[in-house]
Amino acid sequence: MSTTQPHLASHFNSPQQQFDSGKLGIWLFLTTEILLFSGLFCAYAVYRSNHPDIFAFAHQYLNKWLGALNTLILISSSFTMAWSVRAAQLNQKNLCTTLLAITILCGSAFLSVKYIEYKNKWQEHLLPGPRYNPRELPPAEAEALDDQSRDRKGATWEGGAASTLPHGRSLTVAALIPPTETFRAPIGPAGLNPAWVDNDRSSRFSMSWLAPTPSLEPEPNNTHIFFGIYFLMTGLHAIHVLVGISLITWLLLRTTRGDFSPQYFAPIDFTALYWHIVDLIWIFLFPLLYLIGNT
Amino acid sequence: MTTANYLTHPRGIRSWLLTLDHKRIGIMYLVSTLAAFSLGGLFAMIVRTQLLSPNGAIFTVAKDYDHYNQMFTLHGAIMIFLVLIPGVPGALGNFVLPLMLGARDVAFPRLNLFSYYLYVSGALIVILSIILGAVDTGWTFYTPYSSDPDIGSRDAVSLMVFGIFILGFSSILTGMNFIVTIHKLRPSPPNGMTWFRMPLFLWSLYATAVIQILATPILGITLLLLIMERTLHVGIFSPRFGGDPILFQHFFWFYSHPAVYIMILPAMGIMSEVIPTFSRKPIFGYHFVAISSLAIAIIGFLVWGHHMFPNGQSTLLSTIFSFLTMCVAIPSAIKVWNWLATMYKGSISLKTPMCYALAFLFLFTLGGLSGIYLGSLSLNVHVHDTYFVVAHFHFVMFGGTLMGFLSGLHYWWPKMTGKLYNENPARLACALIFLGFNTTFLPQFLLGSHGMPRRSATYLPEFAPYHILSSLGAGIQLLGFILAAAVLIHSLFRGRQSPPNPWGAATLEWSCPSPPPHDNFSTPPLVGDPYDHANLVWISDQEGYRRSQEPEARSQKSQT
Ligand SMILES: [Cu+2]
Repeated sequence: MSTTQPHLASHFNSPQQQFDSGKLGIWLFLTTEILLFSGLFCAYAVYRSNHPDIFAFAHQYLNKWLGALNTLILISSSFTMAWSVRAAQLNQKNLCTTLLAITILCGSAFLSVKYIEYKNKWQEHLLPGPRYNPRELPPAEAEALDDQSRDRKGATWEGGAASTLPHGRSLTVAALIPPTETFRAPIGPAGLNPAWVDNDRSSRFSMSWLAPTPSLEPEPNNTHIFFGIYFLMTGLHAIHVLVGISLITWLLLRTTRGDFSPQYFAPIDFTALYWHIVDLIWIFLFPLLYLIGNT
Repeated sequence: MTTANYLTHPRGIRSWLLTLDHKRIGIMYLVSTLAAFSLGGLFAMIVRTQLLSPNGAIFTVAKDYDHYNQMFTLHGAIMIFLVLIPGVPGALGNFVLPLMLGARDVAFPRLNLFSYYLYVSGALIVILSIILGAVDTGWTFYTPYSSDPDIGSRDAVSLMVFGIFILGFSSILTGMNFIVTIHKLRPSPPNGMTWFRMPLFLWSLYATAVIQILATPILGITLLLLIMERTLHVGIFSPRFGGDPILFQHFFWFYSHPAVYIMILPAMGIMSEVIPTFSRKPIFGYHFVAISSLAIAIIGFLVWGHHMFPNGQSTLLSTIFSFLTMCVAIPSAIKVWNWLATMYKGSISLKTPMCYALAFLFLFTLGGLSGIYLGSLSLNVHVHDTYFVVAHFHFVMFGGTLMGFLSGLHYWWPKMTGKLYNENPARLACALIFLGFNTTFLPQFLLGSHGMPRRSATYLPEFAPYHILSSLGAGIQLLGFILAAAVLIHSLFRGRQSPPNPWGAATLEWSCPSPPPHDNFSTPPLVGDPYDHANLVWISDQEGYRRSQEPEARSQKSQT
């Protein structure tokens, strides 16, 4: 019975049944994808509500313009991907090939921007856990700093001397921190070490990069947690983008080979759904990580 | 009579390893889970041997007690992630589901094979982690002990957790396959498979698949975060890096409570097939049993906090979780009452599957009731982390899931292998397992209520009689399992050829030959009432049952 239907598997009765099964299958799979990310969103929600200060402070290290650029790129790629499904349905093979190629380019551009961001974080030691050791304050914070305490390049924790501590903290605070600590051990999950609180309020800076005011909280404890969450969320997302690019490359090869027709375009349709979900997750990640206001 | 069946068509080891046939994949799952069960059982026997003496019979000095921790961890992790979760859906479900539905295969056969190989790779990684340095965290992997390498847990934790992460995806893919198959591959009307003509085993597999899809990704991300915590110290679970260990418990139990329903629901489905068949009566309250499976699946997601009553959870939250835990007992109780009502005034025949089903009813009821004890706030604080919990868990998971699995295995064995086993030794094995089980675990209720903590390598001398009795029971169970295995293996070589329908069951898998042909049904089968046993007549020269009327004729007659 399947001789006239080259893509119909023998356990299905009709191409329609096969297509519907695939569609339900891909939706179920996307449900599990969303749930996989939901664990991370949940961790984000817990830590942001318990420690808003960490998020308000640390997000300033992220470049919101690069994030916006990536958002734009991904939304465009979702558009070309959706259009490629339409092109396949209408048997417009050349258009379909072009659109798939543009989608691949957009995906690669997204990953390139992500690479630039990651590289910057790596160089600045904006990393999870004990590796967190930034050499500079976030740009907005640094602007608010007076000139003499600004230049802190090259200072590391291992540098040892209290005067080379990052962020231009006053010596009184620095003296309370043992230089041998390679990262700041917390007092408790929610605890703020009183030693960190600078009593001299006049020397503080604004946490808000939108409207700088002359009061800056000291860097909160465990700022590294933000970067843990940042790298986990964007990293898992980037892996999904990578998988998507591979799938679309495979589709591109099959399209040029002439595998698809208005009767059989299911792989493009299903991959497009996957790509949209990957896009959608980024649309949530962008504001949650990059666009945190003053709290 | 044609002899080409799925076991012999096509031949060769390659045709097995690359098969897309759901029946062969089911058999491969069966062999793998039984192998894993033997390994998990071995660790259980070591645990029970250790507890023969108050100071330990194997690990007698304090520096060796860690090995005891490894033994119970491996027992728990293997039994849960390698046996109970994939057992019934992977082995029996894969084999039976398309046959019961009247389909030629599951919706995605290649995905099905992929899921099997994910299971094998996950299992091999878990076993590798045992060889490289056994994990001693307990199967729950609680942080910070599991997340902080300095405290004592070894690198093998990451490896084992990664193996379980892969096993989780295997479980998700099986669930996806089952849901799509049940939605899309039912034979179409007229005389097709409507939702409420589906055998209840399929309803329970469907509910199970819903949980597999909605809960397992959470386990995946939790285990991934645990690995990240260990390697990158991201500070989400480990308090040393600013993380919250209680968050891990929330994440873990959000999966692991629904996971106990992944384990028990398919076994309940087997009960709903075996009990009507051997009572020769239609299931009592079909719709209630069907919907209660879904109710369990849904409410089961809302009760995870009952594992954390003494762990710093707010009183309000604990009260709500306690209430919801009581609620989830209701659909389970509905099932038990319906099974009892099915047996009432039935013509009960005590074939081996029915013996296991009766054992299930007895043990699961005790297990479920002790679960209500544990769900009540005040009592939970008293017996938390004692042997009471161990006994409860084994009553539902062993007395429930495993008895159900054994019942289903003996029920579908003639269909799977085409061979009839020897009834009397098989019944004796069932009796030994049942006796051994009660000898092992009833004393543990007493131990727990007297305050014996779980996961302890030694104990106070006054607990000795209970522990020795318990270990004795484990020995009886071992004998029972060896006998059961011997009976089944013997049947493979010496068993009589099974007729298509040896038990007189009305579901579709019994309408094709034993063992079934490669493509199940060459023409779409006529679907009737799955519990219409009166339509089946005994054909003595075949030693089996046959439909006296085709469903089409029968339904027309009942309409007029
Ligand atoms: Cu629970």
